Amino acid sequence: MHLTLHVWRQKSANDKGRLVQYEVDNISSDMSFLEMLDVFNESLIAKGEEPVAFDHDCREGICGACSLVINGIPHGPDEGTTVCQLHMRRFKDGDTIYIEPWRAKAFPVIRDLIVDRTAFDRIQQAGGFITINTGGAPDANALPIAKTEADLAMDAAACIGCGACVAACPNASAMLFVGAKVSQFLHLPQGHPERARRVKAMVEQMDAEGFGNCTNHYECMAACPKEIDVRVIAELNLEFMKAKISGRE
Amino acid sequence: MASNAGVAQSRALPGPVRFITSSIGAKVVMAVSGFVLVGFVLVHMIGNLQIFLGPEAINRYGNFLQGLGELLWVFRLGLLAALIAHVASAARLVILNQSARPINYSHNDYVQVKFAARTMPISGIVVLAFIIFHLAHFTGGKVQPELFHFQDELGQHDIYAMVTLGFQNWFISGFYIVANALLALHLSHGVSSMFQTLGVTAPAWRPLTHALGPVIGTIIFIGNVGIPLACSLGLVAIPAGAM
Amino acid sequence: MNLDAKIPDGPMAEKWDNHRFAMKLVNPANKRKYKVIVVGTGLAGASAAATMAELGYNVENYCYQDSARRAHSIAAQGGINAAKNYQNDGDSIYRLFYDTVKGGDFRSREANVYRLAQVSNAIIDQCVAQGVPFAREYGGQLANRSFGGAQVSRTFYARGQTGQQLLLGAYSALMRQVAAGTVKLVPRSEMLDLVVIDGRARGIIVRDMVTGRIYPAFGDAVVLATGGYGNVFYLSTNAMGCNVTAAYRAYKRGAGFANPCYMQIHPTCIPVTGDHQSKLTLMSESLRNDGRVWVPKAVGDKRAPNDIPEAERDYYLERRYPSFGNLVPRDVASRAAKQVCDEGRGVGATGLAVYLDFADAIKRLGRSAIEQRYGNLFHMYHKITDEDPYTMPMRIFPAVHYTMGGLWVDYNLMSTIPGLHVLGEANFSDHGANRLGASALMQGLADGYFVIPYTIGHYFGSNTFDPIDGEHPAFQEAAQAAGSRLQKLLDVKGSRSVDSFHRDLGHIMWTHCGMSRKREGLETALKEIPKLREEFWRDVRVPGSGDQLNVSLEKAGRVADFLEFSEIVVRDALAREESCGGHFREEHQTPEGEAKRDDENFSHVAVWEYKGDNEEPVMHKEQLTFDLVKPSVRSYK
Repeated sequence: MHLTLHVWRQKSANDKGRLVQYEVDNISSDMSFLEMLDVFNESLIAKGEEPVAFDHDCREGICGACSLVINGIPHGPDEGTTVCQLHMRRFKDGDTIYIEPWRAKAFPVIRDLIVDRTAFDRIQQAGGFITINTGGAPDANALPIAKTEADLAMDAAACIGCGACVAACPNASAMLFVGAKVSQFLHLPQGHPERARRVKAMVEQMDAEGFGNCTNHYECMAACPKEIDVRVIAELNLEFMKAKISGRE
Repeated sequence: MASNAGVAQSRALPGPVRFITSSIGAKVVMAVSGFVLVGFVLVHMIGNLQIFLGPEAINRYGNFLQGLGELLWVFRLGLLAALIAHVASAARLVILNQSARPINYSHNDYVQVKFAARTMPISGIVVLAFIIFHLAHFTGGKVQPELFHFQDELGQHDIYAMVTLGFQNWFISGFYIVANALLALHLSHGVSSMFQTLGVTAPAWRPLTHALGPVIGTIIFIGNVGIPLACSLGLVAIPAGAM
Repeated sequence: MNLDAKIPDGPMAEKWDNHRFAMKLVNPANKRKYKVIVVGTGLAGASAAATMAELGYNVENYCYQDSARRAHSIAAQGGINAAKNYQNDGDSIYRLFYDTVKGGDFRSREANVYRLAQVSNAIIDQCVAQGVPFAREYGGQLANRSFGGAQVSRTFYARGQTGQQLLLGAYSALMRQVAAGTVKLVPRSEMLDLVVIDGRARGIIVRDMVTGRIYPAFGDAVVLATGGYGNVFYLSTNAMGCNVTAAYRAYKRGAGFANPCYMQIHPTCIPVTGDHQSKLTLMSESLRNDGRVWVPKAVGDKRAPNDIPEAERDYYLERRYPSFGNLVPRDVASRAAKQVCDEGRGVGATGLAVYLDFADAIKRLGRSAIEQRYGNLFHMYHKITDEDPYTMPMRIFPAVHYTMGGLWVDYNLMSTIPGLHVLGEANFSDHGANRLGASALMQGLADGYFVIPYTIGHYFGSNTFDPIDGEHPAFQEAAQAAGSRLQKLLDVKGSRSVDSFHRDLGHIMWTHCGMSRKREGLETALKEIPKLREEFWRDVRVPGSGDQLNVSLEKAGRVADFLEFSEIVVRDALAREESCGGHFREEHQTPEGEAKRDDENFSHVAVWEYKGDNEEPVMHKEQLTFDLVKPSVRSYK
């Protein structure tokens, strides 16, 4: 197939950047979207131009590196799918495709389609952990956890930290990401001793990073490649209120 | 790192201020003040519907309220506080949310976002303008002063005449109808949102909480629009002498 | 080359205990004075960095990804083994040890494997305490499954995302230390060289992948947890960024490289569709628990699978290995698939695939049970191939998945360069010639959580360190060399992209040094690789400059190393005149086509020593001795 691409090109963080139109040929419908970009990049290199830089690594939908907004939708049109698992059979010959980076103040562009997502790491550093040193753990079966609770924890823990929730949110809010981590530890007794401190610290860091505020559009859930439910945001809200009102540390 | 300066800055504030200026706290302010306001709107609507029972009922109701004295001011100030909190928090959130995405997508496509949700600031501003107009109109008597001083047979403020005659003006009725439509739109997202913000977590409840916004919005729209519409169309008795 | 494995004395079960007592300790107040450079943030790297930081060491941790959470450990699906015996089905530390040594085709070091089995239980405890949401039974106890042909249920899992959950556990521990200021985490940075001063590893040369700055990172010890080199085949199940550069640079600085020819070919991957293919997608081998593998009996049978009657299907694994059936270990299953495809009985458009059929299981257990077990895998398969595995058998083909070979380490996980420690897939120690399913996660975390934190202290306690810094001439020299090498790549300004060379290298390797190998093929590869390398340095085109984020330049550096390293893989495959585990030499097979090991001549670890750019590397041997498990013919019949 033949495609017209409008790709965001930006040399560096300080460069202004703009959308550039390209034509690309010989795309097979069996290719993944990123393989289409590989082929396109090869054609740029052949012309002596610099290839388009984009983040990607595992290409099996789990590492969370890939991060493209395709025709206005993070990770493209397929539900529950990362870009690396999106296939070209989803597109038609002659289609025009807009490819842009995640857009958020908290995710500045580094180059082309690559953004800096270390804000997520800093949120995790603020409290996304259980304080336990290696070696001091009791027997794994000493603490029974109801299957239903473990399943809820796992639903939330499936988050791959890609940032599509932020990219999709009209307000660039990170509530789904933060909610997922808070929810995981909320449904596990191991997470309870530090729950108040955790939620307060993570929300505080999230706010300081310059993410927007959730206004309950649920666009994040629609974009999430792991289909994490906005239940985790409601849980985060409640957990934060409890922590604040109780004054527990 | 700018972000850590932000954390330090926020920690310098007193606890309750930190709460309401945090992203979630600001939403809680929206939800709680919104709850108060929507509660008022419902009660207000039910009260006003007494206009269909005739002049006696509505005038008695209006004068009962007027007779509450200081208590009325307690309600009024409470509502004003809720309104100010709602508007101020909303204004702050809108500004923050816009700055959270300095460069927009050139090509935007929403999968999930509803029209009502996207237009909350606009519907909110119109509703706010309407509230001011409405207060000036029926509480302050500044819009149609000529209709403000009627008295009924009991010597009370004739609210029935003021309202029914006031709505003979199609511009005024039209504004009431449009504003209430936007209020309904505002509530259809706002009421459902309140449950999410206040932590109603079970996905099984979601159909209910999602339905509640549009349902309440619709009820209020029908109830509130019914009055100007009925008056304009002459479906209620218009006091002839006052014309 | 000194290949003393430093295996402690005493009975096998007491070696680790004895050793822990014998090792020197570092005074808690002094620990912060020691700085450890950790490269890699996968299971091994993150767990090591976090644990060493908890103990009080000063840690710097580098990774090439944008976040520590993205290391490729995250992609492991199936599970993690431990000898908990929660299922009361006869498991024990000894059995896990025995299975691992046997599964490795008697080419691993007994003492290391025994220790691995010993610490396996503590890993599960640790991960649960961190909040890893392992699958559970209704009563709240942990669930287990049998995996990869094990006869006991000892595998712990978190849906199909066990690697992800374990990595996020280690990542959370690491983040906690970063917040505490004990770990300095530096993402988007690539190690370009190892720096050895006075015979000891004292640091690395790093390139900041955003600004292009090349700078020294120095300390008192270096820990490499940089994963495997499967991408030498271009197509593999590894992540796109996985590379051998860190390990290869260490090799060039004097670290021995052990058993480079041992690599695991995973039998259940989605087949290649065309030249554009950038990577291969693995599907958990748990699929073989319920799926039946078959090909048509007749050569060239191109009918649709559902049109082929039962009598004309060959369930070749069940036929050849009646007792293990579809659950034979990975190497056996992969080779059998290759054999039927070589016979012309392969299926699909390319003829390079076999069927994995769930029709019987769906009939027996119902569609919903299958959906519950494998729903996400079926979904993924459907997405990638556009075929519905509930109604059509899956097509699968083997793909390079894991490399058992790696830098040689002793019992303390220290390489032949003092101070350079190597963990996880990057070392060679525990899996012999073939790794069992659900053992990689176990090994990575064992090394990081429970081995290196002890042995690094022993290294510090046994040596004195002169203070150094990045101004040391050795650092300056290495940084300069690394910079000019990149400049050289930029200056070639040839006509071919880096990827095109990588693809060619992969083709040579897969054809001549893949699932089965023979002398002529390997010798051909040894001629073709230098030719390709020469062409690469003459004709590669790397656009852009070195002082910016430059994806082509990153790849070029890695492919340049693969082009050298691949030769050692081939040399090792050539030197190992036997078939064992993942290494199959066509000259060495039984009349039935099974692998034929030669314990008399090849019961050793082959360790390669770098001798100079234009010199042939020299192979040294570490003899393997088996005190507990007597090597036998590995039979799954």
